Amino acid sequence: MDAFIHQVLSGLATGGIYASLALALVMIYQVTRLVNFAQGEMAMFSTYIAWSLINAGMGYWPAFLLTVLFALALGVVIERVVIRPVENAPVLAIVVIFIALLVILNSATGWIYSYTIKTFPSPFPKEPLFGNTYISSHELGAIGVTLVVLALLYVFFRFTPLGLAMRAVAQNPESSRLVGIRVGWMLALGWGLAAAVGAVAGMMIAPIVYLDPNMMGGILLYAFAAALLGGIDSPGGAVIGGFVVGVLENVLGAYVIGNDLKLSVALGLIIGVLLVRPSGFFGKVHVTRV
Amino acid sequence: MALLEARGLRASYGPTRVLHGIDFAIDEGSITAVLGANGAGKTTTLRALCGMVKTEGDVRFGGARIDGRLTEDIVRLGIAHVPDGRGTFVNLTTEENLRLGAYTRNDRAAVESDLERIFTYFPRLKERLRQQAGTLSGGEQQMLAVSRALMLRPKLLLLDEPSFGLAPLLVRELFEIMRTVNQRERVSILLVEQNAAMALDLANRAYLIETGRVVLSGAADEIRRDDAVRRSYLGY
Amino acid sequence: MTRRASIAVTVLVAIACVLPFVVSNYRTFQLTLVLVYAIALLGLNILTGYNGQISLGHGAFYAIGAYTAAVLMDRLGAPYWATIPAAGAVCLVAGFLFGLPALRLEGLYLALATFALGVSMPQLLKYHHLEKWTGGVQGIVIAKPEPPAFLREAGLQMNSDQWLYFFALAVTVVMFVLGWNLLRGRVGRALIAIRDQHIAAEAMGINSALYKSLAFGVSAMYTGIAGALGAIAVQYVAPDSFTIFLSLVFLVGIVVGGLASISGALYGALFIQFVPNVADEISKAAPWAIFGLFLIGFVYLMPAGVAGAVRTLLVRFTRKGAK
Repeated sequence: MDAFIHQVLSGLATGGIYASLALALVMIYQVTRLVNFAQGEMAMFSTYIAWSLINAGMGYWPAFLLTVLFALALGVVIERVVIRPVENAPVLAIVVIFIALLVILNSATGWIYSYTIKTFPSPFPKEPLFGNTYISSHELGAIGVTLVVLALLYVFFRFTPLGLAMRAVAQNPESSRLVGIRVGWMLALGWGLAAAVGAVAGMMIAPIVYLDPNMMGGILLYAFAAALLGGIDSPGGAVIGGFVVGVLENVLGAYVIGNDLKLSVALGLIIGVLLVRPSGFFGKVHVTRV
Repeated sequence: MALLEARGLRASYGPTRVLHGIDFAIDEGSITAVLGANGAGKTTTLRALCGMVKTEGDVRFGGARIDGRLTEDIVRLGIAHVPDGRGTFVNLTTEENLRLGAYTRNDRAAVESDLERIFTYFPRLKERLRQQAGTLSGGEQQMLAVSRALMLRPKLLLLDEPSFGLAPLLVRELFEIMRTVNQRERVSILLVEQNAAMALDLANRAYLIETGRVVLSGAADEIRRDDAVRRSYLGY
Repeated sequence: MTRRASIAVTVLVAIACVLPFVVSNYRTFQLTLVLVYAIALLGLNILTGYNGQISLGHGAFYAIGAYTAAVLMDRLGAPYWATIPAAGAVCLVAGFLFGLPALRLEGLYLALATFALGVSMPQLLKYHHLEKWTGGVQGIVIAKPEPPAFLREAGLQMNSDQWLYFFALAVTVVMFVLGWNLLRGRVGRALIAIRDQHIAAEAMGINSALYKSLAFGVSAMYTGIAGALGAIAVQYVAPDSFTIFLSLVFLVGIVVGGLASISGALYGALFIQFVPNVADEISKAAPWAIFGLFLIGFVYLMPAGVAGAVRTLLVRFTRKGAK
């Protein structure tokens, strides 16, 4: 029973990270109707930047903040420079551009930092809270950080004019122009925020899986599964999906199919959801006109 | 100098040319009607002015050229457009729709007082403030669309078929409010309408468009009284 | 085929037959891989270029073909040439089966599902319950085929590398002729119709579901055959040879070579075999970054790939000639 509780709580911790990444995916999907295949690599690259800053002597939280700002800028630049020219291009061209981004980021990181695995520090204490055996302090902290990020985003979108403008653009770009919203910059900001959220996710998972250029591949897959499960255009759904996937991965891995095949859980989920309920549990069904 | 001047305005949807060189001028403080049958190019004219379709020609607002500019930049110059179909943000609340209308403004106190004034024109909107805009009735959504445009404090208001789908009583109410807004707040209005009678009653000047060209223009009063014109062009 | 094109192909095949005798063994090996990739890329092109179904997971079918060959040869003692049709058959079925549920997915969603397939393949191959057959993380080593006895008797001296090359060449020619016949006829037109206007296509009576699933099956078959050939050439299969990057390499190949083009498969194969060497020299540790830049460049500047550029050039020159 103890082990089971540990698996569930651990699953919630990684689930929080999947939730953050899934949220980033949904944010970009909502404004652009595009799935950002390079989300994981952007997060990984940002995490390496954090590593450099910390290695250079900067304290954890200042480095964290600076990295988040860096990721924000990175997202904005990528959207304006790489994505904007192909916004209305056929799907294949867009997919190819995303893949190109993915491999360039992955490769550039390996080139700059080498492929040897590095450790990434955790800002949370090594000893578990109250000496419990269910969940480490880092895992607990990761859940906490995830919840804080989600709360901040919620407040931003619900209560600020900029957040309102972004929601407007996601729903109706043409009407948004008619009230004077600079739609192009909203798209860029959406990318920036998504990148920032991804960076937080990367910095939370790196202490657990260790820092290496290929660390986000599997995690991105889980995030995809989570986003699809919750509904690719539902932020709340993506978050719930993330936690569900995290727990499922751990529990199925430990008790049903063995840890070797954990990624197949993601594969199965993705295909399953796309077949049975493509709009996810909380998403809206889309009807396309002929 | 006219507030809005168009010379040789041409517009196309892809390879299809819809407007073939339209000239018109709108004086400050006036109400201008654009009339014509379905498919004549009336909606396209408004969309062309806002940069929503591919345009050629010379369009000037307050003397400065606006042709070729982005829609959002044209809007920021003071042109509010209530589009065909209303363009309501259906998943946002009434209040959020209204506040988006004032998105580009910095004068917070004035925005609040404008909001209050909107509620005097359309008290029903105040009741529905927290409701999702998509759940409002057709008439209420039209009021909301016009209100959102007014929240911009525009110099020029473009209205695309505001009477569409509305009960006659509501149309009369709406047009009265338009008259008030024009007179009290000096908002110039460019009105596209199929309901020629009501439009001519409200407007100072009118243009008649047929298959992308202006075929008739003049003072609204004169056009209204000219039997021959009314019968052959306006069908009544 | 036009007379000009027939002459070009004949010349090409003739050159191909001479090459292994004038270049080093290593080069011959590289050229064998070019042929292998050409088959794989033709397969992917049938699905993505002609039929518009995006696959980011074709490396998985290559892997299945490769492992089929390895298991048959090493565990069951089958002769190497028999593994080719076997791999083809297995992948035809596998592709068709994957294509059935994929029918309900379009564009980005299909890309997502196939991406997931590509990413999870290595883990599936490492699954320890299958280790007895797959060799687990270690993989399987395959014996190098010898040139057949009748060649020696006929007096033709060649080594294993050269023989492998000719074997691959023969398979390539067969697969390309098959593909060409398939694509220029009714099937090809149906695939393209489904890609461009699938509702209109169905209204014209084309059984879209059948064609799309078949496209998946045939495409997987081609890539599986390529995988088997590749395994024999490299003499080794291991899970980490078949990561998502293999699928992405194939994508690069058809984009650079030219979508919906048979010659594009060949150009693409040349690119993905030789450019990494060049890229390595430009940047020791980041050849993929160069790949990525090439990808972006091609999407913006040469969306029809090398094949498209060649076609344009030919048109321009023949027009000049006609004057």
